[in-house]
Amino acid sequence: MATSRIAHGGGIALGAALSLAWSVGAHADLTLNMPQGVTAISHDVYHLHMLIFWICVVIGVVVFGVMFWSIYHHRKSRGAVPAQFHESTLVEVLWTIVPMMILIGMAVPATGTLVRMYDARDAELTIKVTGYQWRWQYDYLDDGVKFFSTLSTPQAQIRNLAPKGEHYLLEVDHPLVLPVGKKVRILTTAADVIHSWWVPELGWKKDAIPGFINEVWTQIEKPGIYRGQCAELCGRDHGFMPIVVKALPEAEFRQWLEQMKKDSTSQTAQNDSRAPIVPGGQTL
Amino acid sequence: MVETREAGLAAANRRMVRRLLLVTAAMFGFGFALVPLYDVLCQVTGLNGKTSGRVAVVEPMKVDESRTVTVEFVASLNLGAPWEFAPQVTRMQVHPGQFYQTHFWAKNLTNQPMTGQAIPSISPGLAASHFQKIECFCFNHQRFQAGEGRQMPVTFRIDPELPPDVRTVTLSYTFFQN
Amino acid sequence: MSTASHTTDHATDHDHDHGPARGLSRWLLTTNHKDIGTLYLLFSLLMFFIGGAMALVIRAELFQPGLQIVDPYFFNQMTTLHALVMIFGAVMPAFVGLANWLLPMMVGAPDMALPRMNNWSFWIMPFAFTLLLSTLFMPGGGPAGGWTLYPPLVLQTGSAFPFVILAIHMMGASSIMGAINIIATILNLRAPGMTLMKMPLFVWTWLITAFLLIAVMPVLAGTVTMLLTDKFFGTSFFSAAGGGDPVMFQHIFWFFGHPEVYIMILPAFGVISQIIPTFARKPLFGYASMVYATASIAFLSFIVWAHHMFTVGMPLAGELFFMYATMLIAVPTGVKVFNWVSTMWRGAMTFETPMLFAIAFVILFTIGGFSGLMLAIAPADFQYQDTYFVVAHFHYVLVPGAVFSIMAAAYYWLPKWTGHMYNEKLGKLHFWLSVIGVNVLFFPQHFLGLAGMPRRIPDYALQFTEFNMVSTVGAFLFGFSQLFFLYNVIQTIRGGAKATDQVWEGAEGLEWTLSSPPPYHTFTTAPEIK
Repeated sequence: MATSRIAHGGGIALGAALSLAWSVGAHADLTLNMPQGVTAISHDVYHLHMLIFWICVVIGVVVFGVMFWSIYHHRKSRGAVPAQFHESTLVEVLWTIVPMMILIGMAVPATGTLVRMYDARDAELTIKVTGYQWRWQYDYLDDGVKFFSTLSTPQAQIRNLAPKGEHYLLEVDHPLVLPVGKKVRILTTAADVIHSWWVPELGWKKDAIPGFINEVWTQIEKPGIYRGQCAELCGRDHGFMPIVVKALPEAEFRQWLEQMKKDSTSQTAQNDSRAPIVPGGQTL
Repeated sequence: MVETREAGLAAANRRMVRRLLLVTAAMFGFGFALVPLYDVLCQVTGLNGKTSGRVAVVEPMKVDESRTVTVEFVASLNLGAPWEFAPQVTRMQVHPGQFYQTHFWAKNLTNQPMTGQAIPSISPGLAASHFQKIECFCFNHQRFQAGEGRQMPVTFRIDPELPPDVRTVTLSYTFFQN
Repeated sequence: MSTASHTTDHATDHDHDHGPARGLSRWLLTTNHKDIGTLYLLFSLLMFFIGGAMALVIRAELFQPGLQIVDPYFFNQMTTLHALVMIFGAVMPAFVGLANWLLPMMVGAPDMALPRMNNWSFWIMPFAFTLLLSTLFMPGGGPAGGWTLYPPLVLQTGSAFPFVILAIHMMGASSIMGAINIIATILNLRAPGMTLMKMPLFVWTWLITAFLLIAVMPVLAGTVTMLLTDKFFGTSFFSAAGGGDPVMFQHIFWFFGHPEVYIMILPAFGVISQIIPTFARKPLFGYASMVYATASIAFLSFIVWAHHMFTVGMPLAGELFFMYATMLIAVPTGVKVFNWVSTMWRGAMTFETPMLFAIAFVILFTIGGFSGLMLAIAPADFQYQDTYFVVAHFHYVLVPGAVFSIMAAAYYWLPKWTGHMYNEKLGKLHFWLSVIGVNVLFFPQHFLGLAGMPRRIPDYALQFTEFNMVSTVGAFLFGFSQLFFLYNVIQTIRGGAKATDQVWEGAEGLEWTLSSPPPYHTFTTAPEIK
């Protein structure tokens, strides 16, 4: 009697917790899931993520289903008499082999996606991304265009002295501009500590390590503005060095690049990596 | 009877402690042994794009005229280094097996003599073991007088054994001030 | 499994008739495994509340976007110290405490094999943690580079740096001594007839854990020593400038770090494997496969470390190797979960507090295992890495995993240790508040991570607000409901209904053949195992 009430209460409590989570998700414009993104790779990653997720859900439903059935029916309060079996070679072999097969089923598409992610051949544009405490520098290697990209959210908003804007903490003074439909190679490195460059819509993040260079590529399919953040703890203002990528159609991109080249020859300071770096570029 | 059993037990415990302490000491040593092991692993697999800091042994190699590899040059400054540092050219088309030379420009922007060292890194990492340098400013510390700037040479070749699907190799130097 | 004949006299043995010494010196100088077990458990409870208070500072700051309560640098100190305190101060000592109390009673030994070393290994801990926590008051503050101590960031720590390293060395030494003691006890002091395959699973999982400890704690000691020499003696193990490599630190650290994760969960598996059969009144299903699964998990833990660093830029072959190896861990872990479910199957279950915690463990740990499997998929990990999805994952395995198992163990053996029954109603209340709190706290963090919130940030973009609020509410609910646990434990120690020797109807094992509470010295003559 008492135990049945408890099991019942458990169900209610769990249900309440879940429905709380879901109802919060329902009315705000909330994202519950990974973005599908705007590159072929990010789509692959999304589908891989969903595949594994659903496999886990199915396994979970089966295992927990068996368990709850057992909890409901095999209770002492219902007069259950304990069986005494304690092994069965057949089921034990089965539940070793079946998960193996499922894992192989997961590993195949995962390997394919990974191989495609590593294929940075034939990129048409190379950009070096350098992480600093606490901002990013973008360097269009072939065009001599180089600039810093720093958080542009005013201190007053962070300090709760002004209402927060729509892109609070995800806005910068100079976004990284990329052409749509072109394969772009991105080289990441850092000038002080390890950072990690991450835009969820592109489908990956890559660490930026001082003294070392990492390469990764992307090919954006849709013009737009995509936002991300530094993903590796890098000191006090780790949470305040966002990334904004502005993807422009090829022609507009070229135009922008020409303009930047002109600007950078007139103001060399922008082009110079010595541009004064105040530690903690923005003081909080 | 009980006495001897207890004495035997004490001896067994001592033996066990000795052995386990030995394991502990060995694992402490293993932690340090991981350092050279890691370097070997890096050289074999190109993990992290580390190149050997030494002059490559020059053996004649057949130049593969049919293949062209793009070599990109990238220069970075570690934070707080008041220098100018840039490659002479940003990219070169090279044939595997042949030697090429290029320069990096560095200038001390302070009014004091300074030393620094350029640390190489190659991407993709798999190319690192196929990138040979016979002359490189990165082998040594570089000393610059106040305000001095100079071109620093690097002479390299790409091993024809470079995996065929690698078409671009990036050679990056990060300048650290000592 | 083993059953013991009641050959042991419950009264204290004649040639060892001295009881505990009186006053403070009893606790300072004790070499008794029960006293040291108690010290470990109380110390761990204290650390659990200190680490929990830090977690509440973190969650309070994250309740709303904007900076309200703490400065970002202090926030980073809180995340760093919360992890160090919880891992090395709460979870590990709790399991060592359980080992101290239970291993000698479970294998029929009079005490731990090396009682004096036992005393030292405990008494190092309070000093280590006083040192660690005192760094908060040093110029430049405490460590703020994350518990993973990645260089070069960790080298920016202020004057606290050498003290943090020293504290880690002390914790490491304590763990190693504890592990040596446990191995010696299990291998040398088993009662006649207690063969390895008759040992209770808690003993087995601790034996394997102890081997993991002596294999990896020295590696941690080595690598933090390298950090120290990099900072003060001009070496450059981890600095690119001198030919070193910061990524090498991550490799060595995680060579320690991944087995460390299992150090915190294998004894939990042991606890759950003791509790479920008791309340299902049915022997554990697949005892042998449980032992083999534990051993394979321990073995695999040495070859999967780089899945913590998929994004550092490893060659393709490396990523694939670590991905496959990590996925393999799902097999032995699955075997364990299936075995627990099969143990419940066709049992005659009752649901006292320890069983409730054990069932919650099985479900919620499995959810943590599922997200672990998702994280093992390297290309998807490029999205998950360093986000709240990871935070949700490891908290699911550590809080409703390791911590719930410790609470289950506390409720399960407390009547044996103290001779008093705990308050069952209060225990159940504590359970339900905890299980609701922990899910409200950590479940929304999955969504936050998938939606793009990085971990270790003191402030966030507006789209993350609602779930952070929910999570913070859950954190306070979970945190404050632990006061019921504290109250219940204190009340049980002080008095309460008398517990029987058997305590639980279905309990089996040598410890239940002793009186409740057991005499100060037990099994001075070894029991006979049939």
